[in-house]
Amino acid sequence: MNHRRRFHVTQLFSALIRPLDPYLLLILVALLVYATIIIESAAPELLAKQFMNILLSLLGMWVVAIIPTRRLLSLSPLFYIVGVALLIAVNLFGTVSKGAQRWLDIGTFLRIQPSEIMKIAVPLTLTWFFQKREHAISWLEFLGAALLLVGPIYLIAKQPDLGTAILVCSSGLFVIFFAGLSWKLVVPVVLAGAVAIFAIGVFGDQLCQPDVKWLGLKSYQKERVCTLLDPERDKLGKGFHTIQSTIAIGSGGFVGKGWKQGTQTHLAFLPERHTDFVFAVLSEEFGLVGVLVLLGLYMALLARGFMIAVNAPTFGAKLLASSTTMVFFTYLFVNIGMVSGILPVVGVPLPFISYGGTAIVTLCLGVGILMGIRRDKQER
Amino acid sequence: MKTFNEPNENVGRFYIRLFAAALFVFAGCILLALRLYSLQVKSYTHYLDLAEGNRISMLPIVPQRGNIVDRNGVVLARNFVAYTLEITPSLVVNLEKTIKDLSEFIAIEQKDQQRFHNFLRDNKRLDSAPIRTRLSDEEVARFMGQRYRFVGVDVQARLFRDYPNGTLGSHLIGYISRISDHDAEEIEARDEAANYRGSMYIGKSGVEATYEVDLHGITGLEHVENTAGGKVVRSLKTEPATPGNDIELSVDIELQKVAETAFGERRGGLVALDPSSGEVLALVSMPTFDPNLFVDGISSQDWKMLNEIGVPKERQNKPLLNRAVASAYPPGSTIKPFMALAGLNAGKRTLTQKINDPGGFWYGSNYFKDDKKGGHGLVDIYKSIVVSCNTYYYILANDLGIDGIASFIGQFGLGSRTGIDIPDEKEGVLPSTAWKRKRFAKQGPLFQKWYGGETISVGIGQGYNAYTPAQMASAMATIANDGKRMRPRVVRAVIDSHGQRQEPPPELVQEVASKPEYMAAVRQALDDVTRYGTATRAFLGAPYRAGGKTGTAQVYSLKGQTYDKSEERKRDHSWFIAYAPIEQPRIALAVMVENGGFGAVSAAPIARQVLDAFLLEKRIDKPAPEDTEAEAEDEGSDDHSNDGAHVRPEEEAR
Repeated sequence: MNHRRRFHVTQLFSALIRPLDPYLLLILVALLVYATIIIESAAPELLAKQFMNILLSLLGMWVVAIIPTRRLLSLSPLFYIVGVALLIAVNLFGTVSKGAQRWLDIGTFLRIQPSEIMKIAVPLTLTWFFQKREHAISWLEFLGAALLLVGPIYLIAKQPDLGTAILVCSSGLFVIFFAGLSWKLVVPVVLAGAVAIFAIGVFGDQLCQPDVKWLGLKSYQKERVCTLLDPERDKLGKGFHTIQSTIAIGSGGFVGKGWKQGTQTHLAFLPERHTDFVFAVLSEEFGLVGVLVLLGLYMALLARGFMIAVNAPTFGAKLLASSTTMVFFTYLFVNIGMVSGILPVVGVPLPFISYGGTAIVTLCLGVGILMGIRRDKQER
Repeated sequence: MKTFNEPNENVGRFYIRLFAAALFVFAGCILLALRLYSLQVKSYTHYLDLAEGNRISMLPIVPQRGNIVDRNGVVLARNFVAYTLEITPSLVVNLEKTIKDLSEFIAIEQKDQQRFHNFLRDNKRLDSAPIRTRLSDEEVARFMGQRYRFVGVDVQARLFRDYPNGTLGSHLIGYISRISDHDAEEIEARDEAANYRGSMYIGKSGVEATYEVDLHGITGLEHVENTAGGKVVRSLKTEPATPGNDIELSVDIELQKVAETAFGERRGGLVALDPSSGEVLALVSMPTFDPNLFVDGISSQDWKMLNEIGVPKERQNKPLLNRAVASAYPPGSTIKPFMALAGLNAGKRTLTQKINDPGGFWYGSNYFKDDKKGGHGLVDIYKSIVVSCNTYYYILANDLGIDGIASFIGQFGLGSRTGIDIPDEKEGVLPSTAWKRKRFAKQGPLFQKWYGGETISVGIGQGYNAYTPAQMASAMATIANDGKRMRPRVVRAVIDSHGQRQEPPPELVQEVASKPEYMAAVRQALDDVTRYGTATRAFLGAPYRAGGKTGTAQVYSLKGQTYDKSEERKRDHSWFIAYAPIEQPRIALAVMVENGGFGAVSAAPIARQVLDAFLLEKRIDKPAPEDTEAEAEDEGSDDHSNDGAHVRPEEEAR
């Protein structure tokens, strides 16, 4: 398969490009160009830094894409163990920032967020776990998977970092779902979730009284859900975010106010405008048209992800490709839902668009995984 | 582990799951798209309004306040630009130290500091406050040299109100001052809050208060774009302010000056009117105050001084009290011309009928004495006015009855507000049986009953009745104007910023129901008061003929003690009402001097000086003399040995 040849520039380029799925690459580049346009409006001073983040992420993606998936899977228990160890370390010696203990300082320059590692490590490990027991998946396997999932989620939620916990949890649940968890369990869980959200909607007022404690949720988490239910109750506090982002989106109208013309964005009414709330900037300046273009790009990405899952050579690769795709969806759904005011405010960035190194690296590694699976199939 | 070639139920199941997931994803994307469609298309205008509301704010442009000028265009109130040194406390680290450092090269007194702190306390909506106002050019230059040292301190050009004539006419012109909480409530009640956004001052008294709406003008608006932090980014649109209208008074400030000067140190009030139009020519309340003290926030020292904090009540001068309209005094004998008209028109007296004055009048067991021992003999209506015969009016009052008196003399505006355009006007007291019932409603029926003896005192302007100088002037003007009572007005024209004049037409309030010959007879008698009667000395050598009437109102019950004129506060109030010239009256006035003694002593000479100034354009700039010799002449005042039922009637009236 590997032929040694003299390297010409074009050959080098094609060697670099070949492992990459052209469709995914095209969609990704389109998204990143879109991101660049929006960051240039929302936070032009950070554009250069975001370029570096993007280059680093593309490099990471390429590396993951050339690693055979089975190698990745066989290494996953190691990732998992290292990740959990780092999470424990964070809980013990981590740096506190913005009220949460999420970062681990290594040396002077490197600061890592172990919960990000788990976004990749958890689905990989669960996939590895199911693939190993492929022929005899019973309730015992699902119990084991659940146990593998609970530990890291507990550690992440404890930091506290609800957004990451939701993403890690959903990545694991998607693997479990695709591995064939009985509908008898899936349906009640989905229904229970729907009922819970419905109940909060109906009885939210009583539940949000200050003296009512919610089992298993921190007071700030309860506050976030309550703020979602009634943003007016804390107009200048947390509700302010949602109110202002909703105004930004709505006032964008059909075609938007124009690039760099968003008043909500540029007169500082919009909080976190280049990170978690960047979607509001896009909606304000490019209107529904810009939003539909973004959703179209996302749907293309997800469709391509599903196609790769369908064509994946092994059961494990199918699990990994489909759950990775679903994680992308979770990102975008939670983020857009929160910014447009139908979900509580949790720290989930808009995939590929929000400013921030960690998020884009993780997401591109995910794309790299999909590309690797596609390459495996091609080279088989 | 290779699985691809093994038939695997896992894989089959996986495709179903994947299909379900894809459906779920599709549904999720549709949900998001619907939500965004609803926000961006269906509710677009709603959110656009919210976004515009966020970004656009309206800054008020405070209009320039109108000027006040007298009838000849002399400026009485105006605005000037002055530099103020202002501190924005939020930008200053150490306020105390900053003020101390500033005071090294700019004079900052204790009272400036106090005012600064009061200002900050009272005006939380503003972020900067003046530490010094009216900086000199030199002070501005000194500060600019040091400016770099002071973050959060700056020099601003501000408009200030200025009353160039100082204390002259202060009760008439009034003053402006900071808008208080109480003012703010009233503004709110008038639905004017929007027009006062940004305004710092409001008229508090005098014309400044009555014509506040005209003087204030209409606040303009600057639409600006601002950030979430409230920082102004740029101006979008400006609706300029409409400056306040100028107010032209009918008052001649030179005449006002003559009148105030004539009072000298004495306390009292004077109102002079044009009888035919009701235009006020002068409106005096003495002592006066300097309205400039109020303009940039009165210091507590000045406030104490003006309100006479710590001064015993019996020695207070009440400089802020507008005696011309807001204080009522028993009219004394000045009531007699009106009583005479009441008697004539009621048919109780004829022009020729003579009444015998034996020196007093018995009412039951009470004897009401005349001032002249042995009486005036036979007295007709003409003589009763010229010599001011008390007995004549005791009997007349008794014949008319209190309600008969009240209903007739009430036509002259006595006991009701004249409607003059000066705030805080008092009604005074026109006693009647109905009035007494109401006045003593709380005290029980015995107090509410009107006693016949009380009517006798009212006949000579003693007892319960009490009128303001404005009311007496208006009543006098009504006689001079053939019974047509015009509404007194200090403002002659309102002039808008385009120079458009608006002159309110003279307003007839009431026409007194009196036969013209009776009015003429009373005028004849009043004319002779200044020629042969009680005011002869005051009008000695006047080249015009004036009608007038002296009055002396008892202030203090002496209860059998002898009258001691050395105790100034116990002296009678001195009244004089007059009009001139008699042929075609151009001016009618009422003068009241608190504790001035006989009417002829204090009030008449002041009236003479004002009439001279108005009719002859004589400018006399010294106090009118007290004509102490006039005392010797017979002047109709109540008998001091007669124990009047009411100790300080002017107190009752308040």
